[in-house]
Amino acid sequence: MSDTSRQALSGKDTQQITVDAAVAGELSLDDLRIHPDTLEYQATQAHAHANPQLAANFRRAAELTRLSDEEVLGLYDMLRPFRATPQELADKGEELTARGLPLVGELFHEAAGVYERRHLGA
Amino acid sequence: MSDAVGRFRFMDQARVNLDGFAVENVELGLTAFSSPHDPIPSITIEQGRVTELDGVAEADFDAMDEFIARHGIDVTVAEEAMALSDVAFARLLVDPFTPRSEVVRLSAGTTPAKLARVLSLLQPSELMMAMTKMRSRATPSNQAHVTNRQDDPLLLAADAATAAAFGFREIETTVPVLDDAPSNAVACLIGAAVGSPGVMLQCSVEEALELELGMRGITSYAETISLYGTEQVFIDGDDTPWSKALLTSAYASRGMKMRVSSGSGSEALMAGSEGKSMFYLEARCVSLARALGSQGVQNGGIDAASVAGSVPKGVRALMAENVMVLMRNLESCSGNDALMSESDMRRTARTIPIVLAGSDFPFSGFGMIQRYDNMFGPSNFNAEDVDDLLAIQRDWGVDAALSTQDPTKIEQLRRQAAQACAAVYRHLGLCDFDDSHIERAVDAAGSKDLGTTDTMAVLNAATTIMGSGISVIDVVTALEETGFHEEAERVLAMARARLDGDYLQTAAVFTESMEVLSLITDPNEYAGPGTGYLPDEHRQHQIDAIRQAVTVDDLRREQAKSASDLLHALGPAEPSSDPRDVVIGVSPAVGREVFTTLSGATVVEVVAELLAGLEEEGCIGRIVRFSDTVDLGRIGLSAAKLSGSGIGIGLQGKGTALIHRRDLSPLANLELYSVAPAVTLDLYRLLGINAGRHAKGARPDPARNPYNDEAIEARYHTKVIALQALERSHVVTNAIPEELSQEGIR
Repeated sequence: MSDTSRQALSGKDTQQITVDAAVAGELSLDDLRIHPDTLEYQATQAHAHANPQLAANFRRAAELTRLSDEEVLGLYDMLRPFRATPQELADKGEELTARGLPLVGELFHEAAGVYERRHLGA
Repeated sequence: MSDAVGRFRFMDQARVNLDGFAVENVELGLTAFSSPHDPIPSITIEQGRVTELDGVAEADFDAMDEFIARHGIDVTVAEEAMALSDVAFARLLVDPFTPRSEVVRLSAGTTPAKLARVLSLLQPSELMMAMTKMRSRATPSNQAHVTNRQDDPLLLAADAATAAAFGFREIETTVPVLDDAPSNAVACLIGAAVGSPGVMLQCSVEEALELELGMRGITSYAETISLYGTEQVFIDGDDTPWSKALLTSAYASRGMKMRVSSGSGSEALMAGSEGKSMFYLEARCVSLARALGSQGVQNGGIDAASVAGSVPKGVRALMAENVMVLMRNLESCSGNDALMSESDMRRTARTIPIVLAGSDFPFSGFGMIQRYDNMFGPSNFNAEDVDDLLAIQRDWGVDAALSTQDPTKIEQLRRQAAQACAAVYRHLGLCDFDDSHIERAVDAAGSKDLGTTDTMAVLNAATTIMGSGISVIDVVTALEETGFHEEAERVLAMARARLDGDYLQTAAVFTESMEVLSLITDPNEYAGPGTGYLPDEHRQHQIDAIRQAVTVDDLRREQAKSASDLLHALGPAEPSSDPRDVVIGVSPAVGREVFTTLSGATVVEVVAELLAGLEEEGCIGRIVRFSDTVDLGRIGLSAAKLSGSGIGIGLQGKGTALIHRRDLSPLANLELYSVAPAVTLDLYRLLGINAGRHAKGARPDPARNPYNDEAIEARYHTKVIALQALERSHVVTNAIPEELSQEGIR
């Protein structure tokens, strides 16, 4: 991609992600997680190549990098039909926005309204 | 149908008649391109907001409409795009002067119903043009299924290595037993890394488990995020567009590539089509896919391909689905992954236009295992068809991303893969496999060749992987510590690549040198003849050099295996005046380089029968080699002129034979055995007898050429050309006929 070297979410540099480091027990899965700045870069690329929706996805993903695997799976589950009430979705949207995930928060806000109207809430 | 005439009783036996064909039924959704219930395309935009979509007002939007309206439409071009007539829009797809980017720009402003109408206008050849022009990535790629009935890890590893070696850049595995999934993923990860660097892996299972395997770095992409074309079926699938959007971002947030899956017929199968055509419902899915921010779509019927195939124009619609994805500037992974017909001809016809046009992935799962081992159900093409696709690729000079492989190399890779997998499983305390299991996996053409395996051990291994949190880092460490350094590097390189995120972009695959080819780095710029992707010289050679191709030298070596010094030359042949004398004229390479005929019988055996037949009629045969021509008519006529009876037999080394008479012109012979591969020794005996009868002036019983239903020319024409080349290399102008020895022949 760009000429700058990439960092993992953990802050480790790509060049430090080596087989030797794995064998030495110096790698964790966080060292293999993409950094939000990288996703932002990919978002600008997607936008420049006529796909603003893909860019928006990457930007939501950049926010989700801050959450644990369990929490991401929990968010997914909450958005499935008949899991949460519209109010719960709206509240979650508020919470996510407050925690610095406004784009994912917006997804929940939007869902809250539609689920209400289409009777998809719990 | 037993009272039908024989012609129909015969036709009823054709395998195509095992397929189901449905009368179109709009209410059941059994219609390909159009239903009276499909909406008329329309859009209303007020202050930059979509307030009406395909005839539905904002207040009545269902969940799909809502998501598409809010996220999927470029409102700045919508009015321009929707104002284009369907025909005018359709023509842009095949007009070489309209660049792909312009079609993409306009398509971004279209509603589902609009694109459905536009694409329904394209004829098959136009769909092919459109696919060639619109595909996202210039260089074609391909995906393989690797599974087996026993979830045997060593066989999975060996088969994944095989698939990678044959050129597949994505491998998709799945399970017959859900809990085995982590083991299958690890085994395929190791095998793929043995086969080639840069092969992406997916394990298609329930969505949470699939994501988990990805988060652990074991798999690198996902594609079974299913979309459906009506709100009801969507909800029945336990998702909404918002949950799918979250899932889509979840994959990207872990640096994993993903695409969604949809495809005609799924709604009809679930009795949820609402009377809409399959293609319109698919158009909604594709609009939604773009709206979600998925980089690509797997469609083209997929599991319900045969539903589309059951109605008129259904197969055409499957390809149109792929083109629709490309118009939305997404990656097309183009189906052909479910066996859609019992007929080889029909299933091939469904797939070939896509192979010829070139999609981002012509198959969203070519079954690189035998049909019975494909745990997705048989793909439309499977291991049974690899050589066919390689030949088709070569026939048409197109790149379906497959490469012929040398059997020795594949054996080595399979052994390396099975050994690496066994080593990792032992090292991680998952399972101990003995050496005989490794060797059985290396040699097995399918899991039936493995014999009985310990399936509980596999389940235990999978449970341990899940329970102890084994990740790609553990696999890398185990590979390195058991001596599989190269494989450790390759597995880690795939995990490291997710830090760059380049392979999240549209239509991304890795080359063997870990470069990403995608819409961004390898854009398709096809703009008519003389443009677009063409295989480079190296790649063209890979396509052309299938392992079955032979040269004259190959044939010479094969002939040399049956070389003998029988039929050696005795000296110049003299004319005879004996009325019982019949000359058997043979071609220039006989006794020199051509020893075996196309039927597999040796020339000596054939000559022995001819001599015996002549003897039965009281004649005496002589063997004479004519080295001045390869033409059988002239050889036979020369033989006749030399023989005391005036009757000659001509015999080419390849086995073609005739009877000639000295007063005839070269091409006007008495009997000709033209189908050399099918001529039996009994028939050569009959030819000898008939020649004897001609010599005596008696009436012969003419032999019937043994025609059969084999593609005799396809089987033998290359050999014929090579054999004739050998014959010609022994031609000497004005050569004197030589009498050959009969010693040891009879």
